[in-house]
Amino acid sequence: MTLALRLDNLSKTFTVGKPLFGKPKALVRAVRPMDLEVQTGETLGIVGESGCGKSTLARMLVGLIPPSTGSIEIDGAALDNADPAVFGRRIQYVFQDPISSLNPRKTIRQIIEVPLKRLHGMDRAARAARISEIFAAVNLREEFLDRYPHEFSGGQAQRIGIARALAANASILILDEPVSALDVSVQAQVLNLLADLKAEFGLTYLFITHDLAVVEAVSDRIAVLYFGTLVELGRAERIFNAPKHPYTRLLAGSAPVVGRPLTAPEGRETELPDPLNPPPGCAFAARCSRATDLCRTQEPRLTRQGEDQFAACHHPLEP
Amino acid sequence: MTRFLKLLIRNRLAALGGAVILAVVVLALITPLLPLQAPNVTNTADRFIRPFSPGHLLGTDHLGRDLLSRLLWGTRLSLAVGASAAVIAAVIGAAVGIVAGYFGGRIDNVIMRLVDMLMAFPYILLALAIVAALGPGLMNALIAVAAVNVPFFARNIRGITVGIAGREFVDAARLAGMGHGRIILFEILPNVVPVIVIAMSTTIGWMILETAGLSFLGLGSQPPQADLGSMLGEARAALIAAPHTSVVPGAMILAIVMGINLLGDGVRDALDPRLRSGALTRPMPATSVRRETVPAPQGGGVLQLADLETRFEIGPRIYRAVNKVSLEVAPGECLGIIGESGSGKSVTALSIMGLVASPPGVITGGAAYYRGDDLIGAPYRRLRSLRGDRIAYIFQDPQATLHPLYRVGDQLAEAIRVHHSISRAEAEDRAIDLLTAVRIPNAESRARAYPHELSGGMRQRVGIAMAMANDPDIIIADEPTTALDVTVQAQILSLLDDLRRERGLAIIFITHDFGVVAQLCDRVAVMYAGRIVEEGPTGTVLDAPAHPYTRRLIACVPELGQGRRRLEAIPGLPPAVDRLPAGCAFAPRCDKARDACTAGDIALERAGARAVRCLFPEETLT
Repeated sequence: MTLALRLDNLSKTFTVGKPLFGKPKALVRAVRPMDLEVQTGETLGIVGESGCGKSTLARMLVGLIPPSTGSIEIDGAALDNADPAVFGRRIQYVFQDPISSLNPRKTIRQIIEVPLKRLHGMDRAARAARISEIFAAVNLREEFLDRYPHEFSGGQAQRIGIARALAANASILILDEPVSALDVSVQAQVLNLLADLKAEFGLTYLFITHDLAVVEAVSDRIAVLYFGTLVELGRAERIFNAPKHPYTRLLAGSAPVVGRPLTAPEGRETELPDPLNPPPGCAFAARCSRATDLCRTQEPRLTRQGEDQFAACHHPLEP
Repeated sequence: MTRFLKLLIRNRLAALGGAVILAVVVLALITPLLPLQAPNVTNTADRFIRPFSPGHLLGTDHLGRDLLSRLLWGTRLSLAVGASAAVIAAVIGAAVGIVAGYFGGRIDNVIMRLVDMLMAFPYILLALAIVAALGPGLMNALIAVAAVNVPFFARNIRGITVGIAGREFVDAARLAGMGHGRIILFEILPNVVPVIVIAMSTTIGWMILETAGLSFLGLGSQPPQADLGSMLGEARAALIAAPHTSVVPGAMILAIVMGINLLGDGVRDALDPRLRSGALTRPMPATSVRRETVPAPQGGGVLQLADLETRFEIGPRIYRAVNKVSLEVAPGECLGIIGESGSGKSVTALSIMGLVASPPGVITGGAAYYRGDDLIGAPYRRLRSLRGDRIAYIFQDPQATLHPLYRVGDQLAEAIRVHHSISRAEAEDRAIDLLTAVRIPNAESRARAYPHELSGGMRQRVGIAMAMANDPDIIIADEPTTALDVTVQAQILSLLDDLRRERGLAIIFITHDFGVVAQLCDRVAVMYAGRIVEEGPTGTVLDAPAHPYTRRLIACVPELGQGRRRLEAIPGLPPAVDRLPAGCAFAPRCDKARDACTAGDIALERAGARAVRCLFPEETLT
């Protein structure tokens, strides 16, 4: 197995209320220093609730925002150049909102041609051939090419978004909530298409979502993010059945499942910590029944728990 | 484009303005071809001839020059100067605005502060200063007017660009290898052009006025050249003695500016996407009703829908959003309505209280009985007294339903005081009780918070508190947890469940999530293409779905705890409800479909608590 992607100490801190000159009013640590490795051909699921930093992480990975610290390595080569055009050939992005990710005033052909022209410098004939190839791969008819985005349903538009990402011919795709905006019957079509494309083109996926059932169904491994920190990492089939981190257990327990009675797995008053005023120690301590003084003062590090599961917790759950 | 023109012409004032402007522009264009007298030839013997005199249709001015000729030549000049100033201001302003909005940060900050400085001067003073520095002359007046109007365009376009630059297609373009220049030219500009056109159409009138103003003061066109402003300026001395010399250019200025402004407003309205649906009017306070027969109430329940039909009539198309839906809900019961987008589940819920926007929505049949009274077609006063009092709604996005400028406690108090005459202090106490009831910590201090200061989960609790404010009998919740995180969703669902058990509320819960339905609802109705295809107790419907659509919809939703697998997708798309096929709407996607399925209408067959609309159901209902 070779490494497709390696993140070393990657973090992002945003400034809040920065005046023209002088120091910003506050810092928000959207992604705290994070180490992560993704194997070639793997699907790594990234789950977390809103504000956990999953989209910031994804945007850093494709070079849309520069990291504050750390580095990104793709196929063993460091990417320290913040030019998206360089990133674009190696790692691509599929957006959450399929309609908003397509320029309403351009035809589908104009949209798909851009990466072929700009990233690969293809001439007209080569572009036409490649577009037919990609459209066949994502089950779209070529007659769609001269239409405008508003003429498509969400599922079709998302296929077009996937086609654009494929056109760049990158080996890694970041899928940022690719099916959240779609209806369930269409969601399954797109998920199956993604699985087929992965097998056909030998792709590596980072699949970002808030839907635990979806991420479990498509991933090899899953990383759980909370408040900018990687709190747990493990095999997809085990992580929600045998979580080590109390937050993962809370997530798994909160998901509505047919046949499970309705319970609020935690007190109803709890809220996420304030990013402008982060608590010291473990960010989850205030919501955690196992928290001790150690948790409230010292930030836990990601440590190995069992064979291939990692958790950042001072008091991991027993199996 | 033809659609745009149609919308424009439907606005009569805009059409009138357009006709005036068209006439003026055509006249200005053909002026050199007309058999006019030379505009600048003086003949003091013929000064101040009245209008309609032979040889001088509009009379002559103080130097005996033909006014008609001067008017047309002057109009030509004024139009040209105003239009060029508008184009120059638009191009420079748009460029500045796009650059500021696209790059943001420090560049934006510096550019916009410079623009603010320009705006800090009264525009006529600024224009005077510019002309004073450059010297009088038509060209310099043009520069001054353009410069004065740059900030207007810059600020307008910057605002639009900031919104567009944050859209995902701009990120996608960067990832596809486009540089900043290309993104601005090929991605952002095409989306900004309509706004530039709208801004120009509404300001060009002003620019003509401003140019005329400068000429009036003697800073624009220099004698003997005529433009509308200088004609007015020269006529000023003879205002009493020969009023026609002022009235002629004044009337032309009035006609041009009024025409342009009316047309500009029309263009803006026609290009505004919110008005695109063809409705240039505000929706009515209650959905319009056009039904021939009223079905009698059958069965019980606190709320009962009988053969409800709601349509959207847009031009020649009729979208049958809700197609003969019958439902009932009992006190303390939670009824789930599940379906994909476009299945008509939200429109069903909104139709009950006449909340579907009209036009284009029309209720064309059926009835909604609340405690035996039909709500469809009830007088607006009656609906209003029930809305939020006996029947309350919770919507998907509490950010959009709460007013951003009022404190949540005041909004709650208002919701109570609309229906009950109690004092403000009492209402505020009640608001705090409600916030406590929906388990908002520190309710007293949170009541003074604005909606944006609360998290999504807390805002939705306020939404629920508002629905509970008058102790309603029925709550209609339209995807209330879809925008929330799972841990928050679990909290909200258990809160709703407690409330209905404690207070005997009937809940109609609209969702697309089977897990939520399974946990909260007693009964569930499955909708597809505007019709109910299956109905029954939640447990039995989920365990043994009778309609093929229900079975396959359940199969294509991954469920937590089943591990990695391939999902069973349903091929194809739901049908558009303006072109429904005959018979079963699901037949084209169904693997069990036979000829009989598309032959004719299929009835909802009831058996005990269950019902299914299928000729070949998966389960035989007993």
